[in-house]
Amino acid sequence: MDRPLDRRKFLKVSGMSLGVGALISFAPALAAGGSPAVRVRNWFRRQNGEEVSPFNLVQLSDAHVGFQGPPNPTGTKAFERAIEVINGLNPQPDLILFTGDLTHESETPGEHAKRMQLFKDITGRLKSKKVMYVPGEHDAALDGGELYRQFFGETHYSFDHRGVHFIALDNVSTGKPAVGAAQIEWLKRDIARYPHTAPIVVFTHRPLFDLRPDWEWFTRDGDEVLNVLSPYENVTVLYGHIHRHDVHETEHATHYASRSLIFAFPDPTTVGDKKPVAFDKEKPFKNLGLQLLAERSGPNQRPSLGVDDVELTLREYAGTDGVQQISRPGASL
Amino acid sequence: MKRSITLALSLLLIGMTAVALRLKAQESQPQVVVISAKRFEFTPNQITLKRGEPVTLRVSAQDRDHGFYQKDLKIELDLTPDHPSEVTITPEKAGRFVAICDHFCGSGHGNMKMVINVE
Repeated sequence: MDRPLDRRKFLKVSGMSLGVGALISFAPALAAGGSPAVRVRNWFRRQNGEEVSPFNLVQLSDAHVGFQGPPNPTGTKAFERAIEVINGLNPQPDLILFTGDLTHESETPGEHAKRMQLFKDITGRLKSKKVMYVPGEHDAALDGGELYRQFFGETHYSFDHRGVHFIALDNVSTGKPAVGAAQIEWLKRDIARYPHTAPIVVFTHRPLFDLRPDWEWFTRDGDEVLNVLSPYENVTVLYGHIHRHDVHETEHATHYASRSLIFAFPDPTTVGDKKPVAFDKEKPFKNLGLQLLAERSGPNQRPSLGVDDVELTLREYAGTDGVQQISRPGASL
Repeated sequence: MKRSITLALSLLLIGMTAVALRLKAQESQPQVVVISAKRFEFTPNQITLKRGEPVTLRVSAQDRDHGFYQKDLKIELDLTPDHPSEVTITPEKAGRFVAICDHFCGSGHGNMKMVINVE
């Protein structure tokens, strides 16, 4: 899929998306030294001692640690494989974002905490140590986020990284698909100090726009959030929840959904009922593969964003024998 | 005698008028459909409405908080076990609409939905 990139965009999104996540290179278009860009660069340097500079990030989503069922009988294997793939990247991403549903809920006392600990143990294998999280409804909706906070900290927050302002939004922990009035007020205060040209990355679990409301792919007050962000010219939204890759433009932002690490959902434009894509024991990671994003020249030399899907396999470089391979005791992926 | 007949006819007229007004009022009252919500189902799980006719959906949560949401029909209810919530709608378009619980209520939440047919 190619789509034109707006040259005015402050951020060029390029590099590689992992499908299971997305490795995204942010290369701020500052080299030309246009005056608004220089002002933003200087502003970040003054405020944070860190000016805008290129970096890579990985987005992971929807591991559902603890999930057991026909859509994926291999449990955490795809998640663990994704960690392996990320650890093999060169250069290493210096930031990893996890956009919710880290775990699958359990109402058995103590079981959900065990799943959160297992998630932490697996992410602990990452070479890259700067990992930031937001909750999904399976993590935080049943207890208002109480257990999640014990393991991962606050459910919404913001930080600056290499001159980009990152905002973690929680649209799950009230139980409703909503951000809520208090958090929207916090968001207004948080971004008020930034110039409108500042690069902003919002990461959250549910889509902030109406993707497929009858599949619960929406946020009730997503429009209000996007209105608050609308004065800002360079907004990227990263989200999960829909278990498939998707790119969507709203008036003021580009929204990227990451694939899941447990099972995929079908294309909502072609299917009526929401059901997981059936597990393929010959290709246990099918639909959980790699996805590459790279800037390339389109028609008339216009820059465009190329997206290449590459399925994650047990081994990218060797033959596989499907689920048997990962079911074998002590098997290496 | 004549006075009694006049009085009786007047009372009859008043009574008939009252009945007519009452019937008219009943006609203009929206039909009420009662729906029950509990993990992980709505009862009934399918209803049929008529296009252009107002209807009140009165929804009660039986066990815990739930949601009742259908974007196209402008239904957005938050349900608590304390009291029923209701919304009055007039469907303008025929079709099959899926209403969902949009308050996460546990494993099986994803299957908590009902069909609203509009003819």
